[in-house]
Amino acid sequence: MLSPAEWEALRLSARVALWATLLCLPCGILVGWLLARREFRGKFLVEALVQLPMVLPPVVPGYALLLLLGMQGPIGRWLYESFGITLAFTWKGAVIASAVMAFPLLVQPVRVAFRLIDSRLEQAATTLGATPWNAFLTVALPLALPGVLAGSVLCFSRSLGEFGATMAFVGNIPGETRTLPLAIYSFMNVPGGEGAAMRLAGLSIALALLALAASHWLTRRAERRLGYLDHRVPRA
Amino acid sequence: MPSGDSVTSTIACHVLEFNLAFERGGFLLQAAARVDAGVTGICGPSGCGKSTLLALLAGLLPPRSGTLSFRDQTLVDVAAKKYVPAWHRHFALVFQDGQLFPHLTVQDNLLYGYRRRAAGERRFELQQVLDLLEIGPLVVRRPAQLSGGERQRVALGRALLYSPRLLLLDEPLAALDERLKQQILPFLRRVKEETHLPMLYVSHARAEVEYLADRTLWMEAGRLLT
Repeated sequence: MLSPAEWEALRLSARVALWATLLCLPCGILVGWLLARREFRGKFLVEALVQLPMVLPPVVPGYALLLLLGMQGPIGRWLYESFGITLAFTWKGAVIASAVMAFPLLVQPVRVAFRLIDSRLEQAATTLGATPWNAFLTVALPLALPGVLAGSVLCFSRSLGEFGATMAFVGNIPGETRTLPLAIYSFMNVPGGEGAAMRLAGLSIALALLALAASHWLTRRAERRLGYLDHRVPRA
Repeated sequence: MPSGDSVTSTIACHVLEFNLAFERGGFLLQAAARVDAGVTGICGPSGCGKSTLLALLAGLLPPRSGTLSFRDQTLVDVAAKKYVPAWHRHFALVFQDGQLFPHLTVQDNLLYGYRRRAAGERRFELQQVLDLLEIGPLVVRRPAQLSGGERQRVALGRALLYSPRLLLLDEPLAALDERLKQQILPFLRRVKEETHLPMLYVSHARAEVEYLADRTLWMEAGRLLT
């Protein structure tokens, strides 16, 4: 049903989205927790920086990534000279572009989830011998799980659909950086490509719906497991 | 004016000694006392700083100045920059609303602190505490499936199973109606008589404190009265 080029775009998209989500997860949990629980100087700046990719034209973060991480950029040159790593115009660069664009979508639900947890639960844990890190791992993080799951699915879906920043930073190279949206765009621009473009567009819609359904299901399941929806035994 | 035992008591067997100051948002707490073994009640009106004092003792708030020692071990000495954190103090705190972990079963709640104690330091076993507080049938439930009274008994059990050196109780009955209070008080009495743990029992209800405590300290506007 799908041509090899279309399959390739789908596989690449899935790989990029998965790595982008895995990259965002630890930072997203940390930043979400910090924004929910700590007051510090410059908090507004961190909040603004996290949200910025959502309100900027996507090509701007892409261009900024190219300037910083491109072969001529300060970080890009250092990465290449020190470790032989090239990001610009590679699928790894596409992961970075997707991660930057999808990060705010992960942080937001994680932050809300941490904010909804009574911080005295973690205090209770520390009075029972748990270090703050241990209390975070055994109390706060499991309780924030529904938010973390919902954020991860949003992050994955957003990464699947990333277009502007990817195009600016890593271009549109078949087999390397041509993800689903870039493939659709390419097929739209070649004569006779409408069929493929429509197939991939349909596939994108189906994947997005699937991700949203998965998010809903995972969140409900986590909430039930955490006892939020469990009131089968009547209160005495 | 109610009369409590003198905080400058000369009894030598005191377990806890503190002289702490704390300030937040214009509220100043300045409290000093020597606490002996047995149950010490701290009684005073709402907002007088009782819970803040317990939080300072438990290590949940850092004092502005002062010292705190337990059986001659200095836990806090602000001037000397010494501060033992909550998780090393081995004081368990029972909160007003229990603060049971909603994602864990009653059994896992009970064993939360127990598992963090070395085997040689454990003074109580699960079955003992289940029997003492009559919570055996609840172990498979989640906190959301417990009544208010059951929740407080589990919170008390969780604190006991941590084998604390000192048990801090912050208005543990305040969230319960009178009927439930009357049900739980005998359990607290039983804990006192069977464990001989030193306890600080904070409440605004004088009758409750007098029922349980061997001596009572009175608190008013951030100060412990002597």
